[in-house]
Amino acid sequence: MTAITADNLALQRQADRRRFLEPWLYLSPALVIIVTVLVVPLIIGISYSFRKFSAFRSEYVGLGQYRAMMVDPVLHDALINTLWWTVASLALQFFLGLGLALLLNQPFHGRRLVQGLVFLPWAVPIFLTGLTWAWLFNPLIGPLPHVFHAIGLQSEPVTILADPSTAMWGPIIANVWFGIPFFAITLLAARKSIPSELYEAASIDGATAWQQFTKVTLPFLAPTIAITVMLRTVWIATFADLIYVMTAGGPAGSTNTIATYIYVSAFKSLDKGYASAIAVLLLVLLIAYALIVIQIRRALLRDV
Amino acid sequence: MPGQSLLQRILGQTGLYAAIACYVIFALLPIYWTIKISVTPQDLLYSEGIKLWPSRMTLANYTSVLKATDFPRYFLNSFLVSVTTAVIVTVVASFAGYALSRFRFRGKALVSLVLLLTQTFPLVMVIPPIYRIMGQLGLTDNLYGLIIIYTAFNIAFATFLMQSFLDGVPKDLEEAAMIDGCTRFEALRRVIMPLTLPGMGATVAFVFTAAWSELLFALMLINSESQKTFSVGLLTFVSKFAVDWGQMMAASVMALIPVCLFFMFLQRYLVTGLTAGAVKG
Repeated sequence: MTAITADNLALQRQADRRRFLEPWLYLSPALVIIVTVLVVPLIIGISYSFRKFSAFRSEYVGLGQYRAMMVDPVLHDALINTLWWTVASLALQFFLGLGLALLLNQPFHGRRLVQGLVFLPWAVPIFLTGLTWAWLFNPLIGPLPHVFHAIGLQSEPVTILADPSTAMWGPIIANVWFGIPFFAITLLAARKSIPSELYEAASIDGATAWQQFTKVTLPFLAPTIAITVMLRTVWIATFADLIYVMTAGGPAGSTNTIATYIYVSAFKSLDKGYASAIAVLLLVLLIAYALIVIQIRRALLRDV
Repeated sequence: MPGQSLLQRILGQTGLYAAIACYVIFALLPIYWTIKISVTPQDLLYSEGIKLWPSRMTLANYTSVLKATDFPRYFLNSFLVSVTTAVIVTVVASFAGYALSRFRFRGKALVSLVLLLTQTFPLVMVIPPIYRIMGQLGLTDNLYGLIIIYTAFNIAFATFLMQSFLDGVPKDLEEAAMIDGCTRFEALRRVIMPLTLPGMGATVAFVFTAAWSELLFALMLINSESQKTFSVGLLTFVSKFAVDWGQMMAASVMALIPVCLFFMFLQRYLVTGLTAGAVKG
């Protein structure tokens, strides 16, 4: 009797251990790669922010880099530019992406072909996206300045990238072009997973299309929206390639964001210490933002 | 729909097609323009700059890119790096996504949080340390180094993607298989995997395109001509030949072809696969 119980206990314990270990077994390859390639270098990178680098050596300067950051007017402008660049790009990408997802959920002729075509920008390398849009804005070779001139947006057909007051729109438009498919694909997938019975029930109850959208579609999409908006915000805020290729932060620093500023500080002036300190600032801001969105998502999930 | 007049329906349809046309034109304009410039003869480049199609066409830009430049080499390098990265990431992320989708365990919230936070890394922050570590391991100027970095950067997002696809597969299916005597791994392989193939296809597509267009790390880590990926090759091309737009656009179009083909192929999975319909029936 006791022997059987002991056996059962041992079996039970073995099963418990298995159940405890199994998820970690499945997770281990991902975690090992992320820790060795990202987390460890990140910690080393943070330690760089307390040092000053010159050509052949580095010295410990404590909070010196952070003090320099506080009085840096370029950084101040870059912060404002980053906010504007991120909010404008994100809002346009999101609403146009959501619109596209809802359109693609409608039946129409040639839908498969259309879907293939409108998702295509996602496959275009970013570097190429930047160059091609800069080319489209070039009055010598591109059509856009002439279009803007013809519809009265510009008095002369010139590139918007050369004017500090309009330059930021260049990378923003290119970024929106590139980012719409991301939202469209993920939101379309989420939209298709909403059971059609809900819409049938809603329309039997006499709900209008707008009511169906706000009462059924939006609440079901909300968790996906929260997570995609968050990931996208982070990508856009840390995204230096596009601006660098199109305007290199100019003219007169009008498109200089924190990300391009880090890039320039790290490679042009070779000051890895100052670049790392700015990167720490950006990291802290983004982590705070991510935590807030996670809280919002949790609240939304509870409501559904 | 009931209660709608014919006029309303016609207006609705017109609006639908007009909106779709706008999206298609916006999406294709830059690609179209790239192709147009690539077939425009050098002497017409500026005089016919804003015409929709040049009065004469040439393929000279293409032949000179293929014969006189290293672009075929860059192309192959990018392809190897992107395919390898996409396959590794998808396999690793499928397992991780499975763990997050199917198990309740202590530390799960922490794992999700760490994965999310790795998405917030300013890439530039890890460049100096990664450059040093890769140098010590002898992985600079080496395509393996790029594969390792791209894999790490894409795992978190791919895991969330796979987790959401797996969440769409009812638990009953594998539980039934396990009651029938399958081990969990067998159930995963025989029941769950076929149902999530479309999701894996989408993940492969995301990771492939991300790896294909990466510039920053490739620029840092690769120096020699024989190891350059496409983005780095194109950048050196720009700086070396000032603005030979025709050749550059021709090279760009060639780089677009495999990504577009690959993407068109995966479209089918995106169209049919992301719906829960396949699972519900």
